[in-house]
Amino acid sequence: MELLFAMSIGVLVATGVYLLLRAHTFPVMVGLTLLSYAVNLFLFGMGRLGGAAPIIGGAGPMTDPVPQALVLTAIVIGFAMTAFTAALALRGFGQLGHDRADDSDPWQRGSRRYVRQDTPATEGDDGGQP
Amino acid sequence: MSHLPILPILIPLLTGALLLLLGARRRARQRQLGLAASLTQLLLAMLLVRVTADGTQLVYALGNWAPPFGIVLVLDRLAALMLLVTAVVALPALLYATAGADRRGRYFHALFQLQLLGVNGAFLTGDLFNLFVFFEILLIASYALLLHGRTSHRIRAAIPYLVLNLTGSALFLIGTGTLFGLSGTLNMADLAVFLSVAEGDTARLAAAAGMILLIVFSLKAALVPLHGWLPGSYGAAAAPVAALFAIMTKVGVYALLRLSMLLFGSEAGEVAQLLQPWLWPLALVTIAVGACGALAAPTLSVLVAWLVIVSVGTLVAGLAIGTPEATAATLYYLMHTTWVSAALFLLAGVIDQTRGGMPLNQPGPALRYPRLIGTLFFLGAIAVVGLPPLSGFIGKVLLMQATPPASAPWLWSLLLGSTLVLIVALSRAGSTLFWRPSLTAPVSATPLARRLTAVGLLLSVALALALGADPIYRTLAATASEIHTPALYSSAVLSVTPVAGGE
Repeated sequence: MELLFAMSIGVLVATGVYLLLRAHTFPVMVGLTLLSYAVNLFLFGMGRLGGAAPIIGGAGPMTDPVPQALVLTAIVIGFAMTAFTAALALRGFGQLGHDRADDSDPWQRGSRRYVRQDTPATEGDDGGQP
Repeated sequence: MSHLPILPILIPLLTGALLLLLGARRRARQRQLGLAASLTQLLLAMLLVRVTADGTQLVYALGNWAPPFGIVLVLDRLAALMLLVTAVVALPALLYATAGADRRGRYFHALFQLQLLGVNGAFLTGDLFNLFVFFEILLIASYALLLHGRTSHRIRAAIPYLVLNLTGSALFLIGTGTLFGLSGTLNMADLAVFLSVAEGDTARLAAAAGMILLIVFSLKAALVPLHGWLPGSYGAAAAPVAALFAIMTKVGVYALLRLSMLLFGSEAGEVAQLLQPWLWPLALVTIAVGACGALAAPTLSVLVAWLVIVSVGTLVAGLAIGTPEATAATLYYLMHTTWVSAALFLLAGVIDQTRGGMPLNQPGPALRYPRLIGTLFFLGAIAVVGLPPLSGFIGKVLLMQATPPASAPWLWSLLLGSTLVLIVALSRAGSTLFWRPSLTAPVSATPLARRLTAVGLLLSVALALALGADPIYRTLAATASEIHTPALYSSAVLSVTPVAGGE
């Protein structure tokens, strides 16, 4: 049981990290999701495997219920973050025209003469009309 | 039980919710409400600093669950100080935003308050998992704030920022889960007690968990080699957002401080002083890399972002030395660097109003009010690099005095060398900005009065920090000695009993 559990966490992490390193937004999103599954399983395992359900009055050794509450919180946060990532990836694809996830530095491309192609030169931080 | 410790969380939470309800149309009302809430938080933070000044540690057990079972908020001197640093940054940044930057997104004010909620909560909580939750709150608000304005380069900067921080969150949960699996508690005070008696395999596993948390907090604090996300995202953010973000790396430094002094501090038995040998070289490399990055920065806001990285290196070096004097100096430097770099981010925004984001190696249109802006830039620059007589100088001298002779050659040479490099970088930037205007007339006629007031406010606070250095340092020395006695923290938290009868 422990071995199977540990191995599935390991496979999930490895797949997640591999997909993260693909550096395109869709694989990265799937990778992050797999990583968060692995983390949730790990947290769940921290409550110990193989015990009975933690209900007062039950007999025998019980699992710790706190990690289950932690996993619930982590799932909720992970869900919100995945939704946000998806929205941002779509917006990025629409606005940038590509889905690279590692393209953070517009100043490194091109020559020493700096040309930022995508923003008008006069943009302040409150451009546009009120 | 006093309800003071929960107010810095409740005020931004309720204000943020109210701002969402108010709708995006009533901009003037939103501004008033946001400013009023930030001012209240500033006054409250001052009050909390006063309350804790005599060493009182207020512990607030949420839901009346006595520690170690429930979630606790702990207000000690350090937490109160961090709340004050945050509030002092937030008010001018918001004032700057009300001059026009908040028009570009509908929920700017609500997100700003929610970001403050996350930051304040992270400083107050005494529970490791709750710390994770507050980190997520401040991060999700920061993702949206970073995108404020939605220009292409902000979207481009936000994607790696988001992915890195989500990966960091996964590691945070693994570290926290491991510690919980070992000890059965998430309360930091209780964990400190557990770690002080841990031995054998338990201690080794706890050390592994500590190292995972070190990676997470180094990522948040932007220590080299985990600093790559910072210049791109801070440099791309709108000026008031970048100024507010100046506090976020300090949340990472704060978490490192709690981790290295409270959990793995001098009283932690087999795992005592676990992190210091790692923090020291990382800090030194961070200072060096940050100074080189500042030289290569293409725009003023990216330059300031690299200055933030140098300051994180300096702060972590102070933590790695690990004596009370060094911690006091670190706290002084932390106040200084947060305020001055926020002021410089705002000033970069003012300058961008005229230059429209042109790079530093091209002469741009002449600045409006060159004398005033030039004076502010000059003051900010000499404060941030640490030339006398401003606060950066005092902070660096305090830190250098606190360095033990054995490690002095490394820190002194890097600190002084980086100062020289930063002077070069900033004076080169200043001479392009102020002395090499092209002949075109200024492009925009946006009123700058309120923006410049915000910069002036932050710089004058930094000036006050220099003028009042002696009394402030004495307070910080008391704070540092409290930090270096983790038993005080543990006993204050663990001695809390439930309130009878429901107050």
